[in-house]
Amino acid sequence: MTLAEGVQIVSFGILAVMVLGSALGVVLLTNIVYSAFLLGGVFISIAGLYVLLNAEFVAAAQVLIYVGAVNVLILFAIMLVNKREDFSSIPRRWIRQGATGIVCFGLFALLGTMILITPWSLAPTSSAVIENSIVEIGKHFFSDFLLPFELASVLLLMAMVGAIILARRDIIPEVAIAKEREIVSTSLTLPERPREIASIGSSPTKEQ
Amino acid sequence: MQLQYCLILAAALFCIGIYGLITSRNAVRVLMSIELMLNAVNLNLMGFSNFLDPSAIKGQIFTIFVITVAAAEAAVGLAIILAIYRNRETVDMEQFNLLKW
Repeated sequence: MTLAEGVQIVSFGILAVMVLGSALGVVLLTNIVYSAFLLGGVFISIAGLYVLLNAEFVAAAQVLIYVGAVNVLILFAIMLVNKREDFSSIPRRWIRQGATGIVCFGLFALLGTMILITPWSLAPTSSAVIENSIVEIGKHFFSDFLLPFELASVLLLMAMVGAIILARRDIIPEVAIAKEREIVSTSLTLPERPREIASIGSSPTKEQ
Repeated sequence: MQLQYCLILAAALFCIGIYGLITSRNAVRVLMSIELMLNAVNLNLMGFSNFLDPSAIKGQIFTIFVITVAAAEAAVGLAIILAIYRNRETVDMEQFNLLKW
């Protein structure tokens, strides 16, 4: 980025405050819909930080994939499982939260100390920033990162098939469930809808 | 703007993600915390790529791979949450005790 130093500092400060505030909102707010929208705010702010770090392509990919796909997916999941349920209170839960907070703050202090006392071997000048990062990324993808690139496509295909199979709704008639629960409800069975009944019970319903 | 600021911001974001991962009881919020942690890691990689290795930007390549895996993880995780919600009729993490002994 060909920005002045002061402009970069101020932009970084604003984006950092946005990231941290939105992330705290994601974790601490009770309404999960607000959390999902604040998560979008975190993603957009991080895309702005990527632009400050001379990575325009990754910033665009961040906006497209995270804000456009992952955040919308999370919103859909919230809408699909949104049941106004009050979680049962657990005794001495504040001890758990307090201990977690202490551990997280300690981890942050450790990381911050490590970051500040390490002598980083910085690149001599930032004038060697390449002009077009997309060309460089493409060269990397098709020369020395070709195998991980192809493996990523296979991983995406596997994840798509797996997600479809996991989230597929088997039609379970309620009568069959009730009958099945009467029969096999012993103490050793898991409280789970039986899958075998679904294929048997769904065949006559198709003919209706 | 220095490398240290970027790394400290990423460390703070990662710690917030860990806190949310442990303390939240809604299963969807756990997934959101995981996304926060992955973004913190991405920010680290981008900072190193810009300040330590500006000629061959391999950190950006790693970031793109992490984004890809995060998208796949989000899809599979939300499918698992949907399936378990269908079976247990709740999204409370404290009541998911199928694998507890």
